[in-house]
Amino acid sequence: MDREATKARIDTLIEPFNKKGVAIDDATRFTDDLEFDSLTVMDFVAAIEDEFDIIISMNAQAEIETYGQLVDAVVKLKG
Amino acid sequence: MTDAVSQPDQPETFQGGQSDLFSKFDPLIQMRENLLASGVEDPFGLVMERVLSPTTAICNGRETILLGTYNYMGMTFDPDVIEAGKQALTDFGSGTTGSRVLNGTYAGHRAVEQALCDFYAMDHAMVFSTGYQANLGIISTIAGKGDYIVLDIDSHASIWDGCKMGDAEVVPFKHNDIEAMEKRLKRIPEGAGKLVILEGVYSMMGDIAPLKEMIAVAKKHGAMVLVDEAHSMGFIGPNGRGVAEDQDCLDDVDFVIGTFSKSVGTVGGFCVSNHPKFEIMRLVCRPYVFTASLPPSVVATACTSIRKLMHAGDKRAHLWENSRTLHAGLKDAGFQLGTDSPQSAIIAVIMPDLERGAAMWEALLHEGLYVNLARPPATPANMTLLRCSLCAEHSAEQVQQIIGMFKRAGAKAGIV
Repeated sequence: MDREATKARIDTLIEPFNKKGVAIDDATRFTDDLEFDSLTVMDFVAAIEDEFDIIISMNAQAEIETYGQLVDAVVKLKG
Repeated sequence: MTDAVSQPDQPETFQGGQSDLFSKFDPLIQMRENLLASGVEDPFGLVMERVLSPTTAICNGRETILLGTYNYMGMTFDPDVIEAGKQALTDFGSGTTGSRVLNGTYAGHRAVEQALCDFYAMDHAMVFSTGYQANLGIISTIAGKGDYIVLDIDSHASIWDGCKMGDAEVVPFKHNDIEAMEKRLKRIPEGAGKLVILEGVYSMMGDIAPLKEMIAVAKKHGAMVLVDEAHSMGFIGPNGRGVAEDQDCLDDVDFVIGTFSKSVGTVGGFCVSNHPKFEIMRLVCRPYVFTASLPPSVVATACTSIRKLMHAGDKRAHLWENSRTLHAGLKDAGFQLGTDSPQSAIIAVIMPDLERGAAMWEALLHEGLYVNLARPPATPANMTLLRCSLCAEHSAEQVQQIIGMFKRAGAKAGIV
């Protein structure tokens, strides 16, 4: 699956978690811009893992700060 | 003269302004200042001036009932336990000054490990200097690069730190959610080593895990299972072996982690296991090797206490009665509790926010009752909790007194 199609699916998944309606682009940061706390991160990560049938371990999560990095990581994990 | 002598060890001047590594704590410093500015007694600065018994102490000048000490079985003042400690101090001195693998294994260390093997009916026991180090050591050592750790999101800090110290991939799942756990186990690449980490009792809310179902799922997917039974030892299960024993699945647990600092009544941690190669851990587990072993008096008190806990059925029954009475009393008084029914010796009272939680905590202290104030980030869902841990030595009368104190303090703090 290409990056565009992956991104489109993640765009839909993040909607319910984007409570403040922040305009999201590749540079949007999860902690600073979207103000995700640890519980929100867990639920959001679980939603993505279930959608793509992948594991995003805590180790991998530590490398992901922005929305663009997340999309790239999912593309890579999905192979 | 060589260059090394003529040159200073460090640069003499800093380039630019010195950065303050403590800046990252500013939000917490501010939160604490705001809390204390409201005039509340510092919930994290309590001093016990004298300890009168497992259930009473003089705190900040007041005689206080202790309801937040994890001293579940009240062994801290048991005469046999005290006597064993005194004897060991006399016979073996105040400390070992050495690692377990060098000069720090005394007869007492062997004896307490044998007591643990007997208590759990398991083949191997390894004693660490604290419970924290037991989790840190076992988890970081057995799960290495390329292995996967699947763990409950509400796991204790020592479990998380053990994960962080090792090189395994760390995969958390929603608290007590069997389906979420199974989904993650299914997705782990074929051939990778798997460790599932669970707790018998989760200490913040006092709820227990459905271990029987969860362990069955873990085994189905070829995972090894580690269960932290810190808050259940001595109390839950027919022989006090914990929640896994109570749910009849202890045989399927590969590693049980426990502590001496709760029911056993001293300090120290341990892992018990039937794994045939378990003894190699003594050579490869860094938090075991690179620290001094427990003092002789500590292992002697622990050994005596553990052997007495094997025959503590009456105390277990009384502690359950205390837990049920307090849970019902607080629920009837209108407090919101962490569990619908009493599941352990911990009863968590949920506070609306930190300010009112601290006010309630202080009101209870003025009534003569000590409980733990637990606040984010240690708590699930960022809750503020007043955490009560009962003791088998609390009398039925004390439990009634405690309920009365909660009612008065709750009214004063505007909680109920």
